[in-house]
Amino acid sequence: MRVRRRAATWSAVLAAALAVVVVVSAGIGPVRIPPAEVLKVVLNAAVIPAGVELGTRGAGPLALPGIDLAYRSPFAFSVDDVHRRIVLLVRLPRILLAALVGFSLAAAGTVMQGFFRNPMADPSIIGVSSGAAVGAVAFIVFPTALSATLTLPLVGAVDLGLSYGAGVSLFAFVGALVAAFGVYAIATRHGRTPVATLLLAGVAVQTFLGAVISYLQLQAGESLRRIVAWLMGHLSGASWNEVAATALVVPPLFAVLLVYSRDLNVLLLGEEEAHGLGIEVERTKRVLLAASALITAAGVAFAGVIGFVGLIVPHMLRLLVGPDHRVLLPTAALAGGTFLVAADTAARSGAAELPVGVVTAAVGAPFFVYLLMSREVNEL
Amino acid sequence: MSADDTGDPLIAVRDLDVAFGDLEAVSGVDVTLESGSFVGLVGPNGAGKTTVLRAIKGTVDPDGGTVRLDGDPIDGLSAREVGRRVASVPQDTGLAFDFRVRHVVEMGRTPHLGRFDGHGPEDVAAVDEAMAAAGVERFADRSIAEVSGGERQRVLLARALAQGTPALVLDEPTASLDVNHAVTTMDLVRDLVDDGRAAIAAIHDLDMAARYCDRVVVLAHGGVHADGPPAEVLDAGAVRGAFDAEPFVGRNPATGTPAVTAFPRSDADLRRLHVVGTGPDAARVVARLAAAGHEVSLGVVPEGDAAAVAATDADAPVVTVPPFAGVDAASRAAARELAAEADVALVVDGRDDDRDRDGGDHDETGRDSHGSGSHGLDSHGPEHDVSGVASAAERVVEVPADVDEDDLLEAVADASTNPIEAEPTGSTEPT
Repeated sequence: MRVRRRAATWSAVLAAALAVVVVVSAGIGPVRIPPAEVLKVVLNAAVIPAGVELGTRGAGPLALPGIDLAYRSPFAFSVDDVHRRIVLLVRLPRILLAALVGFSLAAAGTVMQGFFRNPMADPSIIGVSSGAAVGAVAFIVFPTALSATLTLPLVGAVDLGLSYGAGVSLFAFVGALVAAFGVYAIATRHGRTPVATLLLAGVAVQTFLGAVISYLQLQAGESLRRIVAWLMGHLSGASWNEVAATALVVPPLFAVLLVYSRDLNVLLLGEEEAHGLGIEVERTKRVLLAASALITAAGVAFAGVIGFVGLIVPHMLRLLVGPDHRVLLPTAALAGGTFLVAADTAARSGAAELPVGVVTAAVGAPFFVYLLMSREVNEL
Repeated sequence: MSADDTGDPLIAVRDLDVAFGDLEAVSGVDVTLESGSFVGLVGPNGAGKTTVLRAIKGTVDPDGGTVRLDGDPIDGLSAREVGRRVASVPQDTGLAFDFRVRHVVEMGRTPHLGRFDGHGPEDVAAVDEAMAAAGVERFADRSIAEVSGGERQRVLLARALAQGTPALVLDEPTASLDVNHAVTTMDLVRDLVDDGRAAIAAIHDLDMAARYCDRVVVLAHGGVHADGPPAEVLDAGAVRGAFDAEPFVGRNPATGTPAVTAFPRSDADLRRLHVVGTGPDAARVVARLAAAGHEVSLGVVPEGDAAAVAATDADAPVVTVPPFAGVDAASRAAARELAAEADVALVVDGRDDDRDRDGGDHDETGRDSHGSGSHGLDSHGPEHDVSGVASAAERVVEVPADVDEDDLLEAVADASTNPIEAEPTGSTEPT
């Protein structure tokens, strides 16, 4: 009970911090908008279900009577329409995508560090990021070959109707999952997946995929610039579609991880001990791996490879709230979102926009060196 | 407890085979744990103790045989069900992140909690009780990474107690503990067993096993070498066979339980020897020679003399006379008869006979000569054979009271040329 209260308190504090950072960030840019104005825009956009109304659905002879929910905007502050458009159409999608991506990377990083009992573990350790990169880069290099139409026997040509951006994201997502599953399959023998083997299989697969990426870059020609931008991680050009897709995938997976957070604590005692304490170790590992791989894939599919969030943020929060995953997981995830929103704000508010991956690495690496030289990592 | 209802033992291991690749760890092992009993698994390193315990915990898949908990085959039980019947205290505990002590103990409740359950009042009570029993409340809020090795071992014991299982499995519970914490821990386990739980523990220290266990299972070379009450099982033959060492099994005067002293193997040719001498020095000579496997006899000594006790523990024939009675003709004759059977009689130079020699400053007499290559033993002047027993033997060797162990064995080897037929020791050589 005490643990749940602690988790709730910390989560509330960090959620508030995230909200503040989101509002402040939405005001920062070429057009500066005061936070109060941002808040008004956001509140104006909020709708609540206000009742039901009868109407007709469909058209012509098929028109049927139906019941629709009526929505109402409870707020009607007067705001500058330009500000409204900037906040709602330009900045907020990007900020919320950053929050979701940071959230999922930090959550996956926390789980991976516990899972591998290794402070160096991060979401990419099971090959997810490399797989995503191969998928994305392949699509960037061969967009026409891999999109548009798929010729199936019997059915004939099927238009997948992939836009360029959706194609990159879809291929990144699929590449991430294929790589993660490959690593898992390599490391599994007779239904058991030893963590050490998994770690080494991850390193081997990442190395191999790194070679594939390098080769594709050599073949890239004109698209090399786009590849480099994707590989460094970016959040520019985010739209509400991407936010919606990510927001649909991330919360259910996060809920799974949260449900298993007590098991993750027990797994830290060692697998034999965990089994002795009633944890079905192999099944739990499969669930944790699958959920982490999916949530990471969702994170990197739109944003590219953003390093260090999944490595650093869990460490920072472990120093703050302790190692209990029931508290650590939600707080690290929220802090990851906050961190990435702040990093992306810094990335886009300079004279020339930087890829956000550059900012997270530039901030994250020195902090990691500090951790290495301090007690936290040395004693692990 | 269900074991009482059904009559099935809490833990029944039958004909267990476990191999790791081509390496057979254990084969044909039977171990039973009844409720209310404390079973010690002893045996040399690599004998398979930990493997047997892992099979009981369900963390190793047997290649043959069965493990049953309360009569149910373990491979049909979920990890949760196993975790409600058997709690284990691990041998080595590297904890990755620094959980608080109380949190580690709380994890013991895991098998009793549903996925969405928080800790209820009975869980809190079980944790409190376990921490009190193991004496870890004092550092409940410290980090597990900060407590000492001995404290950590007790935290893990508390965690196992919080699990509330009828059976405890302990792998070397005292391995990292000082003597005080070791006996405190074993006392605690013993108390728990006396209160109705059962425990099975791999134990390195044979004296500790003898002192606390109801039954001892001696594992050696992957199989059960002996199984029974410690006083019956921990004899010289079993220890020699299992550990490939030269043991002397005496009796711990403080606890009355067997006390095993092991010597490294000397591989001496075995002989028939008679020892003349009294007191702790003669006792030491008798013990070492008996441990090496020689057939030893002793006499004449007063009843209750340390040497007489050692000879009795070693099952060696001994001629005694009542204390302060002096050596009568019959005793002397009996002792001379034993000496006459022997290849060599050893006369131990008792310190009582030689008070003028520095009060037994060992370094000046025996050890000095050891370094120079001579074993420093006089085989010609039996002037300490006060009762005239030794002269009945073919050869007589005088042994200084503080004789070095190696010198003693060397002297015996040098003095005689007729080794006796080696006793079957029951030792199975590792292949």
